[in-house]
Amino acid sequence: MTIPSPSILPLKGRERVVGYLLLALALASIIGPFAWIAMTSLKQQIAIYSGAWSFTPTWSNYSDVLFSRRSDFAANVVNSLIVASASTLLTLVIGTLAAYSLYRFRWARWVVTGFLGWTLLFHMIPVLTLVGPWYIAFRELGWYDTLGALVLTHVTLNLPITVWLMMAFFREIPPELNEAAQVDGCPPLQAFWSIALPLAAPGLIAAGVLDFIFSWNEFSTALNLTSRDTATVPVAIARFAQQYETQHGQMAAAAVIATVPALILMAVGQRFIVRGLTMGSVK
Amino acid sequence: MNRSFRHWSLLPAVLLFVALTVYPMVNLLRMSVSTIEFAEGRALWSFTPAHNFSLLAGDTVLAAAALNTAIFVVAAVAAEVLLGLLLALLVARLERGKGLARTVMILPILVPPVAIGSMWKLMYNYDFGVFNQALVAVGLDPINWLGSTSIALAAVILVDMWHWVPFVFLILFAAVEGIPGDVIEAARIDGATASQIAVKVMIPLLKPALAIAFVFRGILAFKTFDEVFLLTSGGPGTSTELVSLHLYKVFFEQNQLGYGAMLSLALIATIAAALLVSRRVLAPRAGA
Repeated sequence: MTIPSPSILPLKGRERVVGYLLLALALASIIGPFAWIAMTSLKQQIAIYSGAWSFTPTWSNYSDVLFSRRSDFAANVVNSLIVASASTLLTLVIGTLAAYSLYRFRWARWVVTGFLGWTLLFHMIPVLTLVGPWYIAFRELGWYDTLGALVLTHVTLNLPITVWLMMAFFREIPPELNEAAQVDGCPPLQAFWSIALPLAAPGLIAAGVLDFIFSWNEFSTALNLTSRDTATVPVAIARFAQQYETQHGQMAAAAVIATVPALILMAVGQRFIVRGLTMGSVK
Repeated sequence: MNRSFRHWSLLPAVLLFVALTVYPMVNLLRMSVSTIEFAEGRALWSFTPAHNFSLLAGDTVLAAAALNTAIFVVAAVAAEVLLGLLLALLVARLERGKGLARTVMILPILVPPVAIGSMWKLMYNYDFGVFNQALVAVGLDPINWLGSTSIALAAVILVDMWHWVPFVFLILFAAVEGIPGDVIEAARIDGATASQIAVKVMIPLLKPALAIAFVFRGILAFKTFDEVFLLTSGGPGTSTELVSLHLYKVFFEQNQLGYGAMLSLALIATIAAALLVSRRVLAPRAGA
């Protein structure tokens, strides 16, 4: 993926110039909104209203969002980190085991089709159809408004893509390796642990990064299963946008802060993310 | 432990799905014929099927939400696939910039949709948003992007395009790069022009990836909630009300858990039917 591939029918002359201009336009229209919001987050309210392009940058919006006594945003960040880390870990363990099981062991056809078909249906329906029953069940169990309940829902939501991704990565393992392990009398658990898992490590990274980001970003479940103390970052951003209609600088700062994990993970694992996002679609 | 590895390896996933998807779906059946109220943390259920049907009959927003969702899905997905395809074909023909394009195009996919809604709400702001700033600068009247019934849905679709054209691009670009060079070379030697090659050779080869892009985007567009919740919450009036937003309001603003369950069931049944019909498109992926 990192090897530059030769371009197909390369553009020449004037067409080439137009081509690069169009690409520049496309990239600018993606980056533009980010740049504008970052700029807004550094402006005083008065500079926002006047629409000034030159202004004295200030960190006050960030310090208001993170440290002001009226704002819970720092606590929201902690909640989000806990939920995203815990759910990513659980999803990887449960999803990788399931994927390996479906890939390696001879399950009856109806088990495989049933399981994968169900993940597909669940992945397609709007989450909000199930948030209602979740809400009732968690209230009755006394788990409503706990981070644990939110973690469980995020694991469930991320399980389908994790299973699909890990199955795709396991399938790339040469079958001879499994046969060799079997012939050598390697017990199944050890074959999984010391042969399949290391070879599927790029898949674990891709799935882990995507699970973390999806959990960090998840809104509709978190909105309805949490309250003030357990709210995550997306819920807090929605509250900001609704309750403090006039604090635009802080709204911008909160949006920028919420984007940071995605940027960090992208810088670290870009190769894996692209592979994960497009995997299965190109085969 | 070792002998039973086959069984327990699949067990946690099955248990989780049973507890958090199968059981809730079964529970939707019970909820759909009930009225549920909470008193001191306990749910009180009463059997009221007629009441829930009367709510359905009196739900005037539902039709508007269904129509808006249909417009939103068709317009957004068509525009995204078209732009994503053109961009993928363009970048494939440039000698440089492939890596940069890939890096930049991942960004919108990873950012919290809520933050995207928040960003664009500020950019659409009537008084100081960047769009109206630009309009005023060239001497035009500012536009009430999110506040006017005729423009709000289009404004919401534009945000969705910004969010998802990059994703379609990534899928299609990966597929374009997977086209064997000798196929293109053979067409070129036979005297085909670049546009003929694009239309007659490349696009047919991209069909599987295009199908995936359409299906994926169709599903996700149908589920859209976060950005629109932030941008307009369905307003003004019902002009940007989507099915998912309506469902949220029935469940959690009007506290009609029973009627909400009825709507949910109808929605799930529709999607399951669509899934069975389109199984041929999805089959390669489900078994992938």
